[in-house]
Amino acid sequence: MDYTNEMLLEIDSKSRNESFARMVVAGFVAQLDPTIEEIADIKTAVSEAVTNAIIHGYDSGEGKIKVNCKICNHEVFIEIKDSGKGIEDIEKAMEPLYTTRPEMERSGMGFSFMEAFMDDLEVESKPGEGTTIKMKKVIH
Amino acid sequence: MDKQEKKKNTTISQVREGVKADFDIINHCLIIKLFEDLDHHNAIPIREQSDKLLNTHPVQNVIFDFSGSEFMDSSGIGVIMGRYKKIIFSGGKAAVTGVNQSVDRIFRLSGLYKIIHKFNTIEEAVEVLNQK
Repeated sequence: MDYTNEMLLEIDSKSRNESFARMVVAGFVAQLDPTIEEIADIKTAVSEAVTNAIIHGYDSGEGKIKVNCKICNHEVFIEIKDSGKGIEDIEKAMEPLYTTRPEMERSGMGFSFMEAFMDDLEVESKPGEGTTIKMKKVIH
Repeated sequence: MDKQEKKKNTTISQVREGVKADFDIINHCLIIKLFEDLDHHNAIPIREQSDKLLNTHPVQNVIFDFSGSEFMDSSGIGVIMGRYKKIIFSGGKAAVTGVNQSVDRIFRLSGLYKIIHKFNTIEEAVEVLNQK
């Protein structure tokens, strides 16, 4: 019999909520008894995705960000969704060290970290409509 | 303490919008002691205060101390790189101290250890950076 559990969090696009989002997801995933490293991986990936939604999706302006987390047995599915401006060229955006905001001291490593720390990463985006980041991680 | 000594050792504690970081200047090293996660939200005031001090004090090197901080994401990489770029032109160096396993992994993955030194303690960092 499959074990499932799901949560949905909606937050304002405010940088103050970055740590809150990390805490919520880490708190939810705790039920799988992850290692310290697995928790750190997930927190970092969530942090990168939420920060991207704030800085790029909404250009540091107002908006709502949805953080959806679903557990199925030992797998964690995380979806971070914004209704912001969307990504014109997803491939370019995911290129290591590429950033559209160098003046903000953005490192361009967000997607690289998400890819390194999660087992799967999918990016769906439509310019003018928004972006959905889908990530998956198996907890051992 | 004479005027010269006073200028060398300066402690500036900052409490700003809930972000607490201590800034010390010891032997021309700006030491940023983090007490919070180094994410995008906290990177902004850290950057502002660091640059204010870099512009008004004779600082050669920058040290980020993570003893009081357990987390950093790519926004932290950005703020460290930014300060590094500011001080290399005058021959300055950047270092990190007190990094835990998670933070250490971020540094390793980002390749930052190629240009940033890692030390166990602030004292060690100050001594070695001023030697070279």
